[in-house]
Amino acid sequence: MRAIVTVVGQDRVGIIADVCSLLANNKVNVLDISQTVLQEYFTMIMLVDTAGAELPFAELVKYLREEGEKIGLSIHVQREDIFNAMHRI
Amino acid sequence: MLTGSEIQQTLRMIDQQHLDIRTITMGISLLSCADPNPEVCCRKIYDKICRKAERLVPTGEQIEAEFGIPIVNKRISVTPIALVAAGCETEDYVPFAAALDQAAKTCGVNFIGGYSALVQKGLTEADKKLMRAIPEALATTDFVCSSVNVGSTRAGINMDAVRTMGEVVKKTALRTADTDGFGCAKLVIFCNAVEDNPFMAGAFHGVGEAESVINVGVSGPGVVYHALQSVKGQPFDVVAETVKKTAFRITRMGQLVAREASTRLDTPFGIVDLSLAPTPAIGDSVARILEEMGLEVCGTHGTTAALALLNDAVKKGGVMASSHVGGLSGAFIPVSEDEGMIAAARAGALTLDKLEAMTCVCSVGLDMIAVPGDTTAATISAIIADEAAIGMVNNKTTAVRIIPAPGKSVGDTVEMGGLLGSAPVMPVHTGSAEDFIARGGRIPAPLHSLRN
Repeated sequence: MRAIVTVVGQDRVGIIADVCSLLANNKVNVLDISQTVLQEYFTMIMLVDTAGAELPFAELVKYLREEGEKIGLSIHVQREDIFNAMHRI
Repeated sequence: MLTGSEIQQTLRMIDQQHLDIRTITMGISLLSCADPNPEVCCRKIYDKICRKAERLVPTGEQIEAEFGIPIVNKRISVTPIALVAAGCETEDYVPFAAALDQAAKTCGVNFIGGYSALVQKGLTEADKKLMRAIPEALATTDFVCSSVNVGSTRAGINMDAVRTMGEVVKKTALRTADTDGFGCAKLVIFCNAVEDNPFMAGAFHGVGEAESVINVGVSGPGVVYHALQSVKGQPFDVVAETVKKTAFRITRMGQLVAREASTRLDTPFGIVDLSLAPTPAIGDSVARILEEMGLEVCGTHGTTAALALLNDAVKKGGVMASSHVGGLSGAFIPVSEDEGMIAAARAGALTLDKLEAMTCVCSVGLDMIAVPGDTTAATISAIIADEAAIGMVNNKTTAVRIIPAPGKSVGDTVEMGGLLGSAPVMPVHTGSAEDFIARGGRIPAPLHSLRN
């Protein structure tokens, strides 16, 4: 299942590395990344594939949100379908 | 590949503009529960609802987590109880409401609709018993919603039922006086009621429907409001296009959730109801959309035209986005549930008469309106008759959900709490309609040629 991961937080060294390790530990494959820093705020959007993940999707969402909070990041994971429904016919 | 700005647009709609799925409502037919023994009938009703809707709430929560879109309410609508209970050998219909309430609690939903009767042309014995039981049923249950259809374009208006419902509204208010007449917030009187409406308090599962069905109501006044902020001062053509595009996006999401819920619950997909349903939260108001079009305050001259455009554009955008559109589809104007309407009513800019005019061009009708506690049953019946007449003549659904708050007068506020908000008590006309309502009988169905 493809999902969109959005990450927002204060910019610092190693955010991408931290998030990617969280994803890798859960066997989530990263397909695409775009990121930008706006007024010291780091914003990243990732397209990922959760097909290999061991946790059920809803638990993965919860796990990443909680782990993100621990390191000062707001991490949201949503199925890609919702964005496609809204922006693609 | 989706672009960053598209993804962020969706996230902003959800995080900042209150975009949500307002309700996933499972419609369940209870026709198979009929039994001469009322206790057996109640047990069958409880068992069937619990069996069918067992997974409704957990499934809704699962979809919510996976898509990251709030699904505010999970609800159940059932076959009008006056039909289900008609074969029961009993005079007391309150136990049926208790059975519905218990089932709602077991399933974890926050409202169950269908304590209803369809009496647009005449009253059966069962209809009479149900209408008599409404005040007690609403006072003694937590989640049961009741509706009565008193008129239709094809049948005309049943003025006997209108008279009775004025009295029922008064009795319900008095029976729930300790909560400012809260029972009335769970009671809707319709003209041209629809069979697949997922929104409360007027939801019921029509007799033309399948065994069970999933209907979804989307919402998003905040999203439309924000979209219109970007086209300030531009002509109405641009306004209409902007609303259409926004409604399309919102509805696509509703369609996705409806399909997903239908598959997971192994229940046929019914309809998506494209309604702009406000909440008392700041930034989730239909009134503020109208004001964004250039009105100083909702209720002033121009409000009806603004609402007509909004209502039509929402439908035009929405129908393209869903395979089946139904329910009430349009803009809701429930006074107590809309922060901008509350403010306009408090300021005296929005009156009952203007609201009545607004109901000619939008979804539903006089909704969540508090009036003084000393308003007579005949006046309430007359308000219902006026609203039903608008629905009947214009071939549209209209409804009245009115709260004659016991002990309250103009200037007071009725607190409903939660999504139901708070309603400033609005003045009603004081001229009597007693003799008009006392006549009874039926107002004939209107002519549909020679239209002027």
